[in-house]
This record gives sequence, C-alpha cells and structure tokens, in this order.
Amino acid sequence: MIGEVSALMGRELRKLVRSPALLLMTMIQPVLWMGLYGKAFNLTGMFSIPEDLLSRLPPDSLRVVSSAFNAALTRFFGSPEVDYFSYVATGMAGVIVLFVSVFSGMSVAWDRRLGFINKLLAAPISRFSIVLSKVLASAVRAMVQSGLVVLTAIALGLRLDTAGPVAVLLGFTALALLSIALSSLIIAITLRLKNWEYHVALANLLNLPLMFTSSALYPRAIIPDWMRPITDINPLTHAIEVLRSSLLYGQSFDLMASLNHLAYLAAFSALCVVVGSYFAYGTLNAER
Amino acid sequence: MKAVECSSLKKVYGNVVAVDGISFDVEEGEVFGLLGPNGAGKTTVINVLTTLIRPTSGVARVCGYDVLTQQGSVRRVIGLVPQDLTVDDELTGMENLRLQAALYHMPKDLARKRIEEVLEQIDLNEAIHRKVSTYSGGMRKRLELAGALIHRPKVLFLDEPTLGLDVQTRTSIWTYVKRLAREEGVTVFMTTHYMDEADANCDRVAIIDRGQIKAIDSPRALKSRFGYDAIELEVVQNGIDLKELLSNVSGLKGIESYNSRVLIKAEGGEEVLPEVLGRLISSGVTVNRVEMRKPTLDEVFMSLTGRRIRDEHSSKEEVLKQRFNIRRLRA
Repeated sequence: MIGEVSALMGRELRKLVRSPALLLMTMIQPVLWMGLYGKAFNLTGMFSIPEDLLSRLPPDSLRVVSSAFNAALTRFFGSPEVDYFSYVATGMAGVIVLFVSVFSGMSVAWDRRLGFINKLLAAPISRFSIVLSKVLASAVRAMVQSGLVVLTAIALGLRLDTAGPVAVLLGFTALALLSIALSSLIIAITLRLKNWEYHVALANLLNLPLMFTSSALYPRAIIPDWMRPITDINPLTHAIEVLRSSLLYGQSFDLMASLNHLAYLAAFSALCVVVGSYFAYGTLNAER
Repeated sequence: MKAVECSSLKKVYGNVVAVDGISFDVEEGEVFGLLGPNGAGKTTVINVLTTLIRPTSGVARVCGYDVLTQQGSVRRVIGLVPQDLTVDDELTGMENLRLQAALYHMPKDLARKRIEEVLEQIDLNEAIHRKVSTYSGGMRKRLELAGALIHRPKVLFLDEPTLGLDVQTRTSIWTYVKRLAREEGVTVFMTTHYMDEADANCDRVAIIDRGQIKAIDSPRALKSRFGYDAIELEVVQNGIDLKELLSNVSGLKGIESYNSRVLIKAEGGEEVLPEVLGRLISSGVTVNRVEMRKPTLDEVFMSLTGRRIRDEHSSKEEVLKQRFNIRRLRA
C-alpha cells in the first residue's frame, strides 16, 4: 500500500511542481488580504501616540498611557510588539491552508470526469490508497503554499520573532492537521457528487465563513460574545493560534496553550479522516 | 477455461434496466466485440466485468474469477482502456507508464523491461519523454493501450477504442490492437458502435440492444443469417407495375421503388438477381444499371431490432462528456 500511495502522490506532486502559475495564482488572495487589508487597516497602529501629542504630555501620564496601550495590545494581539500586518499575515498562512484544502476536491472531480478514477479502480490497489494519496498530496500542497505566504510576508515586512525551531515545527504541524482534516472531508464529499459544479459551490460556501469566524483577521478578544463559540470550535482558529504564537510571540510563546490547540486539531483531524475514509471507501467500493 | 463468462447478468439503475439478464462466453484468445447503439448497455457490461460496478443479479467471471467475490484476482488479470482518455496530460508518456506499472506492484527493473517491450510495439519513440498534452489523439490512445498491457493482462477491455478518432487513426489503432492481441496472446473484449470496425476486426460479435443480446456469432455468420443482399436497379418502367411483376420471385424479401430506382432485399442474391433481370427484360422494362451489395452488420442490426444503429437517447452529461473527449482527442 505504501508503494501505491507513493506512486499516486508522485503523480500529484509532479503536477504541483509543473504548474507554478497555479501555485502563484492561489496565493494572490491571501497576499492581497495581508498586503492591502493588513497594511491599510493597521489595527495596532491605533494604539500609538501621535508625535505632537507625545511632546505635550507630562512624562508621568505618558508612562500610564503607554502601559495602558501595551496592556490593550497584549490583551488583543498577544504581545505589545505585534503589528497588525504581521498579525494578518500569520492569519493568512492559515487561511491559505483552508483555501487549498477546500479546493482539494477539484482534482478528484477532474480525475473522475476524465475517467482516471475508473482506471485506478480497475487496478488491484487498495481503495484507501486512492483517497489517502489525494489527502496527503493536498496537505503537502497546502504546506508549500503556506510556507510561501510566510516568506512573502517576511519580504513585505513581517516582524519575525520565533519561539525557536520546535515551536515553528508545531505551528506547521497544526496547519498540516487542519489540511488533512478538511481535505479528507471534502474529498469524501466530492467523490459522491455527480456534478463538479457543486464542489465549487461547496468550497465557496465554506471558505469565507470559516475565515471570518476564525482569528485570522481580528483577535479573539474583540470578537462579539455571540460569535465566540463559533470561533472557538472553528479548527482554523486553533491552527492559526499555534502558528502565530510560534512565529511572532518569541519568548512569550505559550507551549501549554499551543499543545491544547494541537490536541484539539489532532482529535478533529482523526475524526474527519475516519468519517471521510469511511464514506470515501463506501463510495468507491459499493453499489455504484 | 473461458476468458469471460456471464450468466443472467442484470444491472438495474433505479427503474432503468441497463443490462437485462444477458448470458454469453468469450473464448481465450478471441477478439470479441459487443456491438450496439449508445445506451444499449455496452459500457455497463464492461464496468461489471472490470469490477467498477456491481451487478444487480447474475454471475460474471473473468478467467474463472467471480467479479463480486474475487475482485482482487479479476483486477490482476485484466487491462482496461476506458472510453475516456485517462492518461495524465501533465505527465510525460514515460511517467504515465511508470505510474501504471506501480499500480500493478511491478518491481522497478521488471517495469523497465516491460515498458521497453510495449514501447517497441506502439511507435511513440522519443515522444515518450514529452508531456502527453503535446500528443495527438492517436498517440494518446496508443499510450493508453501500452499502459493497459504493461502487466501482461489476460483479458484486455477496450471501451469504444476508436470513438472520436479520424478514419486513418482508427485504422492504425486497429492494427495495433490486433498485433498486440496476437503477439501478447491476450483476449480482447471491446465495445463499439462502428459496425464496420467490428466486422473487420472481431472474431465474434454480440449484438446488444436495450440491455439484451439479440445475436452472437462471427460477423460472417451473422451477415449470412440475418442480413439480406441488396439489389439496386435503375430502370425505365414503361408503365409496368414492378411490385406485381416480381412478387412471387423466390428468395425476394422486399421491394421498394422510387421513380426510376428500385431497391430489392433478397436472400441469396446470386440466384435472385438473374431471375429478376429475366422477368424485367422479358416484360419490356429497360434496365440501365444493376448493383448488388452483400449485407453489412448494420443490416443485421436492423433486421434484429427493426431500427438503424444510431445514437439513441443519451443523458446530457454523457453527450457533454463525449464532446469533451472528442475535443481532447483532436487537440
């Protein structure tokens, strides 16, 4: 089975490498979000004191105001050193994982339409290999894209303050778990759909709500109470939190909190893989 | 052992009976054609035999293995060239073949050896290292054939192998199929709705219509059993009623006349023609031209079903898919 999966993944990865244009096009949206929204909106900038005011304030009150601002920044953004662009950029490194994973069904839909799936099904390979190779290929693609988003962000001025290689590894592990979870669900659903247009509709239906209810664009602390439960069950929030604190918070990286997020993601991902492969296996094997 | 055995095979989708209890055998080493219009159930039969779908009832075996209970064994002994183009455009021909070999768990050096062997037969030469997206339709089909043969299948299934290809490419694909069948010793099971191709290339054909097998035999035997010879005359009637004049010629199965053209269906045209000519000339009809044609499988189909073979009802998706395939083939 390992041979089957690696052969099928080899195909997917070759296609990934051979269409750099596609890779770049998928990145346009997240890069626009962080470049335009992140730079222009500058939520953290609101907590800076204008120069002319600075000179007129008595030193005592200056200390009070700046410590109040720092407290507010820490409450909302986790650290007084974080600028809004870096905040959104790390959010987008998670969002692109969402986008890539949710559209992972596209390649299944095409393989189906082109009859490639039938060729695989007529071969003496495990049905799980077919699904697994698709899920893993999608996760690899998501990781590559996410890494590229982080690199682009660094080029655009992300203030990197990592909590060490292990923390960064944990951050990307969180993204990988998110991708595996979402891809297994989407692929299982897409295998069932007769019409690939439904898949595009489904992907668009999931993308924006998951992004806007997560902590990709704004801190959990300013999310209204009614929405916060959604934010907290949204797996994207958990993945982004781990990545963000590993890349931006330096010494104030909270290992325990990150492990909690990872545990949540691992459980969610295990559930999705089991449910997804159960349905995918049924679709590929049964009554058709 | 039979290469393929079906008995009372049935497949029902909702309230549509796609395959309606068919039974037939295919001998080892045969080139066997399943012949019928679109929607007749041909692809459903292939899908059942290649384990892609489960039959509603009945038994089907490939090389003695049951398609329901011994799927793994069936899959190991078959090769499939589906109607769709399933080679991957983004990969090179060679990469496609390597992938195919990996799907059949072939060790690397065996794969290399087999790839070399099949490549010798399909004339792709240096194009094998180019991306498939640069290939012509015929090259893609040939690559597809090579892929399906890489693991030395005992039975090769071809679903509409020449659909959408131009005449010249069709001929060359057939040359390849027949050569491969002969040299590799595989049984070929194919579907087509091109009657002329089945006639020229199959050892035996089964004519299938609306899920049922109407007849099964060699093309030659079918034609002599079900097809009538066609005699076409160009005459000047001189006011004589031809239908009445010829009505009692023995072996005459039908007569139609359009102005000066007369079409006659006959059994044993060689005997009927002199008799017809004799009667016409002796009663004063001027005969300007005579032509006799032996029957084709088209006519066999017509006499079996009362209809011409033509594209019948197909779903929208099927039609789109077919157009899409043809576009890719011509790209």
